[in-house]
Amino acid sequence: MSENTQNTSRYGGSLLKQSDRTRRRNAAEKRFRAYGIGAIGIGLLMLFVLVFNIVSKGTGAFQQTFVTLDVELLESKLDKNGNRDLADIKKVTTFGYSPIIRKAVETKVASLGIETNLKTKAMAGILSKDAAAQLREYVVANPDQIGETVEFRFLAQSRVDGYLKGRVIRANIANDKNISPEQLDLVDALVASGVIVKTFNLDFILGADASDARPEAAGIGVSMMGSLFMMLVVLALALPIGVAASIYLEEFAPQNWLTDIIEVNISNLAAVPSIVFGILGLAVFINYMHLPTSAPLVGGLVLTLMTLPTIIISTRASLKSVPPSIRAAALGVGASKMQSVFHHVLPLAAPGILTGTIIGLAQALGETAPLLLIGMVGFIASNPPSGIAEGLLSPNSAMPAQIFEWAKRADPAFYERAWGGIIILLIFLVTMNTVAVILRRRFERRW
Amino acid sequence: MNDMTVMDKTMEKQKTKIAANGVNVHYGESHAIKDVNVEIEDKTVTAFIGPSGCGKSTFLRCLNRMNDTIDICKVTGDILLDGEDIYDKRVDPVQLRAKVGMVFQKPNPFPKSIYDNVAYGPRIHGLAKNKAELDEIVEKSLRRGAIWDEVKDRLDKPGTGLSGGQQQRLCIARAVATEPEVLLMDEPCSALDPIATAQVEELIDELRSRYSVVIVTHSMQQAARVSQKTAFFHLGNLVEFGATGQIFTNPEDPRTESYITGRIG
Repeated sequence: MSENTQNTSRYGGSLLKQSDRTRRRNAAEKRFRAYGIGAIGIGLLMLFVLVFNIVSKGTGAFQQTFVTLDVELLESKLDKNGNRDLADIKKVTTFGYSPIIRKAVETKVASLGIETNLKTKAMAGILSKDAAAQLREYVVANPDQIGETVEFRFLAQSRVDGYLKGRVIRANIANDKNISPEQLDLVDALVASGVIVKTFNLDFILGADASDARPEAAGIGVSMMGSLFMMLVVLALALPIGVAASIYLEEFAPQNWLTDIIEVNISNLAAVPSIVFGILGLAVFINYMHLPTSAPLVGGLVLTLMTLPTIIISTRASLKSVPPSIRAAALGVGASKMQSVFHHVLPLAAPGILTGTIIGLAQALGETAPLLLIGMVGFIASNPPSGIAEGLLSPNSAMPAQIFEWAKRADPAFYERAWGGIIILLIFLVTMNTVAVILRRRFERRW
Repeated sequence: MNDMTVMDKTMEKQKTKIAANGVNVHYGESHAIKDVNVEIEDKTVTAFIGPSGCGKSTFLRCLNRMNDTIDICKVTGDILLDGEDIYDKRVDPVQLRAKVGMVFQKPNPFPKSIYDNVAYGPRIHGLAKNKAELDEIVEKSLRRGAIWDEVKDRLDKPGTGLSGGQQQRLCIARAVATEPEVLLMDEPCSALDPIATAQVEELIDELRSRYSVVIVTHSMQQAARVSQKTAFFHLGNLVEFGATGQIFTNPEDPRTESYITGRIG
């Protein structure tokens, strides 16, 4: 038949030879694969650059330079009356401790036989301004130690720390009022004799922020507590409200224009820039309801508004993914609507809800913009909160806000701490997201 | 099972369990069920047959108000269960469904243990006072579901781990555990292989001694094998309703004959 012969000729005879068309199609496929691999490569490269940058710039923040000194707690300076009355001891301000510290430095340098033409005040200048406060705190806590000689590990000032980390170099300090070449000579000598050491600094992770003049004393711990309390508020509010709203919308609400409008608006809320929630929080929670400024409670409320749509959307998605046959089965044996939801649908949707909640929380944890407007960004000098009420109501910062605050300050020592803070924040976020992925994998069901 | 033996089974008149009068069902604009009148007898297997989309499943779902869960579905007319209108405002569908159990097309065990699957209904209806009674109900139901011997050693294993046929028998056991009076089955064997189908059919025949069974099926052979009464639906109309033997051997309506002989459907 003529049609048959036409058919064989159209595909060019032998199967062992590729036709032009096949070759072109194969080439297109190969090109597309190359594009894909290229795209992934670029993504990975960027990730690598990011991680490398963060780690290389931030690890320094976890180490700090310390100076170990034996301090004689002179009774004549600290407790003139000699009766160890705490009220009297507290009257001595940090200025009163400076001479003791100077003497301790001088003694140390002399005992090691280090030659220097620095004055005592300049010698003590290698210590942090925090040293006097540290000493006073110790004396107030242990008044019985007055008169004894106690070994202390003081923070070195940030230039000395920078010198040991390679951030401060001799060539650049000509105009630096905070450090002189002679002081660096002294530092070199003290490092050689083991008085000055650079070690891991737990206070960076657990401590509070410090003022501009004392970057070496700044830590992210208190703002971490601020973030923690905000997350507690978000979890306590957004999870129950979000899940209740989703269950109602997904399982009970009639399908009409009102629920359609609600649905559209929830999706829209998820796309609203977070700063808008911040200004809303300022207007409603602070100006109208008179809640305290800078309080994690307000921050938590604002972040709840922000997280709610995320939780509602993911909860509804996981409720939707429970097959209708399960609901039918429950109704078929005479379960009420609510029993079918709470006994069968919700347990099956729980992993998805949990995953969505964790991702929502992670999002809220990294949010900075809304906190700007409610006063949680800035130098907020506070001690770690002593209780839940204080944690919620006393002014505090949050981790991303603290990072922003540090990045803003002039001293490069703060810049290093900002990167260190980013590492801690990322560890939290990666952990949370990993938990979410593990939960999803673990409880994933196939129907 | 031989077709004739079932048809020849004694057909003593049973009392009417469900009576439907002038039932109409609308899905939004479409008219799914048109003025259906049917009387379903107690302790009898009634089969609904008909081509796809003829409304037989829709009508079945009216009998325990499963259609209530679909917003756009409107049911009019009377359906009387033991003389009481099940669409009366005072009737709670949850209570109705405890009396009228249902088995679905696809086996749908809860993703829980076999024991919990069966025990769920009795638990929510408070049928057992203590654990021993519940154990008893579970065993009795699984025996009635003809699956006890296969699962008695693994009651704590998930019901979803059983084979398709076992899952469907588990679902039947779950449905009978609440002591219903009527059992609705929506194509219970369509997802099963012939051997599992034979097991389920045998089970249906046994269930007849206790319940009124209504089964929707696509397979005319199945209808002939398990039922005593057959209703033929076509395009939302109940075309013919009568004794199964009569419908399959001597149908009155030409449409029934066409469907049975394979000319439409």
